[in-house]
Amino acid sequence: MGKVNTIQDTENEIVEEFGLFDSWDDKYEYIIDLGKRLPPLDDKYKVDENKVRGCQSTVWLHADYKDGYIYFSADSDAVIVKGLISMLIRVLTNHTPDEILNAKLEFIDRIGMTKHLAQTRSNGLLSMVKQMKNFALAYKLKMESNGN
Amino acid sequence: MATIEEVQPAIDIVSVRKQFPILERLVKGKPLVYLDNAATTQKPQSVIDALTSYYSGYNANIHRGIHTLAEEATAAFEATRDAVQQFINAATREEIIFTRGTTEGINLVAATWGRQNVGKGDEVIISGMEHHSNIVPWQILCEEKGAILKVIPVNEAGELQMDVFHSLLNSKTKIVAIVHASNALGTINPIKEIVAAAHNAGAVVLVDGAQSTVHMDIDVQNLDCDFFALSAHKLYGPTGVGVLYGKKHILESMPPYMGGGEMIKEVTFEKTTYNDLPYKYEAGTPNIADVIAFKAAMDFMESIGKENIARHEQVLLNYATEELQKINGLKIIGQSKHKTGVISFVIDNIHPQDIGILLDNQGIAVRTGHHCTQPLMSRFCIPGTTRASFAVYSTIDEVNALVAGLHKVVKMLS
Repeated sequence: MGKVNTIQDTENEIVEEFGLFDSWDDKYEYIIDLGKRLPPLDDKYKVDENKVRGCQSTVWLHADYKDGYIYFSADSDAVIVKGLISMLIRVLTNHTPDEILNAKLEFIDRIGMTKHLAQTRSNGLLSMVKQMKNFALAYKLKMESNGN
Repeated sequence: MATIEEVQPAIDIVSVRKQFPILERLVKGKPLVYLDNAATTQKPQSVIDALTSYYSGYNANIHRGIHTLAEEATAAFEATRDAVQQFINAATREEIIFTRGTTEGINLVAATWGRQNVGKGDEVIISGMEHHSNIVPWQILCEEKGAILKVIPVNEAGELQMDVFHSLLNSKTKIVAIVHASNALGTINPIKEIVAAAHNAGAVVLVDGAQSTVHMDIDVQNLDCDFFALSAHKLYGPTGVGVLYGKKHILESMPPYMGGGEMIKEVTFEKTTYNDLPYKYEAGTPNIADVIAFKAAMDFMESIGKENIARHEQVLLNYATEELQKINGLKIIGQSKHKTGVISFVIDNIHPQDIGILLDNQGIAVRTGHHCTQPLMSRFCIPGTTRASFAVYSTIDEVNALVAGLHKVVKMLS
């Protein structure tokens, strides 16, 4: 399958959408809305090894691999974090491990999120990115060893 | 309910706030509302000036040098020790040991007195509302010695179950390590009762005073505790400085903590003799600048008056308690009648982290999370709370800003 949109395309879309908002109140309302609309994660995936470390709230991240593409799903008990994951998923899901590993994810900086979130919370965001890339790396290595 | 008029006589809030330059800054384009004082307080200009005048005027290593700068620095450093002695009413200046903070003070006692006096099968008592820094050092000690850690449970109001405490005490109890005022709930514990009962059972008592010293007048002789640990940065002083108070005869009987310069009398490769108190526990070059500036912080508190500060904070606490309870779904965690200016709460179906982020966006600084008291959060079956904590410069207007901010947060999230 795979998406027509590149990771960069989706990043640009998000930056454009955020450009429509005048204030951070509006941006947060949008993120909260994204969080509320994130499809629920099956309870069977809410296990310790899917927990993202470095977050003040509990975040679970799950990845499926099918025909060369990775599909992410996630949940959190905090809604803003859920909104942030929702954006990360929108950018990274349905891409190959290589595409995910090479993603620069500059949109996080470009929408002002790294600067706006306190360092500790920003770290939580970076932890999520790291975990998504770890999934990609794991699948990549698995596929390579299967291929040999 | 207290009115604004009743607040004013206690302190001149305008002139107090003028002494804190940071309070003039904007956060996210809005005036800073700083309600995270239990994490650390802001610093008055006098403390900032004391730091710069030390570094620009008489920076030198202390106790050893013979030159003028060293003498000036030593005099200023030791003047802080005298000020601390008076501030907490210790019997002698030798009982005042400078540390990096409360955490180091507790670790020092666990590693010295603890190792010397706690053995296999002995018991150490802490409580269910301890900060991790008054849990982990004792766990390490108990694990090493085969001793048993006992915990005084906390009731629904966030108070110690004193009847259980009394039943825990026995001849095996060696030390009771207890928080004076809870950082997460604000509860003030009955230290005098705890000390009297522990002494009766032959145990010593360490009081974690990190949260209490800024809110009330501390008299270690009156409390009769054996150890009392505090942090300067929680009482308008610099970070990286703390005090461990210990009764002189106990400190004298304890082995040294860290070895190095300053803590010795004479060193040969065969044997070292240790320095007298308090230097025996102050190995290495101390945090000279911050210790010196700590005196300015205590002077600041004395200039306002500890009672006036406490009264001001109680008015804010009472007002905030009343106003916050009007918010739908809000529940205050920690409902003891005896509290410091700390108010911890949860709101139905809203994660504290979301509250913290959205309040920050309005320039309001609160603390969210487990407050380094995970066992206490488990006790209340919550992942964490949002905590607002007051200081001498906090105002009714700031409480109103918090309440308005929370209304907005609830609206945005529902």
